[in-house]
Amino acid sequence: MEIGLGHYLTVSAIIFTLGVLGIFLNRKNVIIILMSIEMMLLAVNLNLVAFSTFLHDLVGQIFAMIILTVAAAEAAIGLAILVVYFRNRGSIRVEDINMMKG
Amino acid sequence: MILQGIAFYVFAALLVASGVMVISARNPVHSVLFLILAFFQAAGLCLLMGAEFIAMILIIVYVGAVAVLFLFVVMMLDINFRELRKGAMEALPLGALVGLILLAELAAVLGGWIVAPNVAAIAGAPTPAFDQVSNTQALGRLMYTQYVYLFQASGIVLLIAMIGAIVLTLRHRPGVRKQNVGAQIARRREDVVAIRKVSTGEGV
Repeated sequence: MEIGLGHYLTVSAIIFTLGVLGIFLNRKNVIIILMSIEMMLLAVNLNLVAFSTFLHDLVGQIFAMIILTVAAAEAAIGLAILVVYFRNRGSIRVEDINMMKG
Repeated sequence: MILQGIAFYVFAALLVASGVMVISARNPVHSVLFLILAFFQAAGLCLLMGAEFIAMILIIVYVGAVAVLFLFVVMMLDINFRELRKGAMEALPLGALVGLILLAELAAVLGGWIVAPNVAAIAGAPTPAFDQVSNTQALGRLMYTQYVYLFQASGIVLLIAMIGAIVLTLRHRPGVRKQNVGAQIARRREDVVAIRKVSTGEGV
């Protein structure tokens, strides 16, 4: 029962697919969509760390940290936009987000 | 070795299960809590791989900051989530189709993939041996020397995100009374106090 690179890549592939599926399932709820995006970023991070460990190259972990930073920034900005949008419209339905449509 | 295998399967199974719960829970607060559980399992997987710093950062940043931010927003906004949930099942066939295609593609990549034999020779930063340098120390040595500009740039990204979030959510409500320190300090005695001579029995 040797746990190799393939095991970790399989787990992260499943998590990434779950993230994509979550976007399709909850396409009315922006909060769950943002959470699905976070999950996809987590899968990418797991991939990078797995490759970094099994190929003995530390650069992958540096890259994972940069992705973590961007994910945190994205969550902060996304939720701020969500709060402002809710203040203006009183709902967060994705179908209602069409004010910028000409 | 057997312990490592058991730990991997426990972490992986819990990670996938909580991932399923994140996208299928009816209550978004439960979704966020399962997301936190998923992050903890991912940190466990990172620990198993020997990336201890990334594991701790995952817990601190994702659980401590991002997930709590999600929890705040979910609880602060007064949203009828039951109504948002309606019609989720009609998107299931399309979503499942896309998911299956994606999973099949990833499996195809995994199945037909081999490591180049000389990959250790071209590594950008070879991992030092664990008994000499810890993972955190090795990462720090790399991050503050070779990738210091990247590190600074990610700091700028965070700063801009912080300023952006504040600018977006700050609002000035009219009619709110609050202390105006500048006006208070700028008041002079001669502007606001008048001394009158009042003669007895007449009043002002």
